[in-house]
Amino acid sequence: MHLSLPLLLSVSLFGIGVYGLLVRRNAILILMSVELMLNGVNVSLVAFDVYWADVLHAGQSMVIFVITIAAAEIGLGLAILLLLFRARRTIAIDEATELHEEAS
Amino acid sequence: MSERSLLSPTGVDIAFTLLGLVAVAAALMVVTTKQIVHAALWLVVSLGAVAGCYLVLTAEFVAWMQVLIYLGAVVVLLLFGMMLTRAPIGPSEELTGANRVVSLFAALAITAVLGVLIVDAFATTMIDIDGQKSTASVMGASLFRYWVLPFEALSVLLLSALVGAIALSQSDEEA
Repeated sequence: MHLSLPLLLSVSLFGIGVYGLLVRRNAILILMSVELMLNGVNVSLVAFDVYWADVLHAGQSMVIFVITIAAAEIGLGLAILLLLFRARRTIAIDEATELHEEAS
Repeated sequence: MSERSLLSPTGVDIAFTLLGLVAVAAALMVVTTKQIVHAALWLVVSLGAVAGCYLVLTAEFVAWMQVLIYLGAVVVLLLFGMMLTRAPIGPSEELTGANRVVSLFAALAITAVLGVLIVDAFATTMIDIDGQKSTASVMGASLFRYWVLPFEALSVLLLSALVGAIALSQSDEEA
């Protein structure tokens, strides 16, 4: 099969993830967009692993590592979001502006 | 094999294209829908279609890991997060910020640059999908023979993430 097909899928998922990351306000939706971007990268890793027919299976092993790290990231991210929600009663990220410098 | 033209798709090509289209369409719904719970469910469709793509690419172990961890655990965690943060049920305009045009421009620019690069570099490259051996046993041997040190480091990382999440979610009175 063509190598460009999985790579185009990878690029599309990454671009859609970038759009969601930039346009969404709700922090949970932003986490979902990050997941989409990670999936895009995973598709290209698997595609190149199959393309090179790698004996060590470096690409697929790295995909498994990425999936694991994404799970850890979601767990910690949601814990932080719950703390934010407990303090603010909202998880809209553009309302969390305490670290912002005062406009002069 | 490598001399076949770009416009003669095989069955594998067609299956992958259909699954990829499902994945991309569902991903678009994830980033555009106005209902937050629907976004999570479209994420399930998208990640499931990507798992199907892994199966077509003969990466069966990765595909089942994707189903177990992403579809099983991550989406459920996200739904729990929505419930705990009182996410709005029903359509809501609050989910999307005001900088839609800039975001669209940035995303389209990134997609266009990467897409042109990839089509330019790999337009005629073919994957030999038939001679592949990456079953679960092959992947397991590879993981525990060559990648065992990163694997163990990851288990420590998962443990620390677990402890960190518990520490973060303890309320102040108990701490």
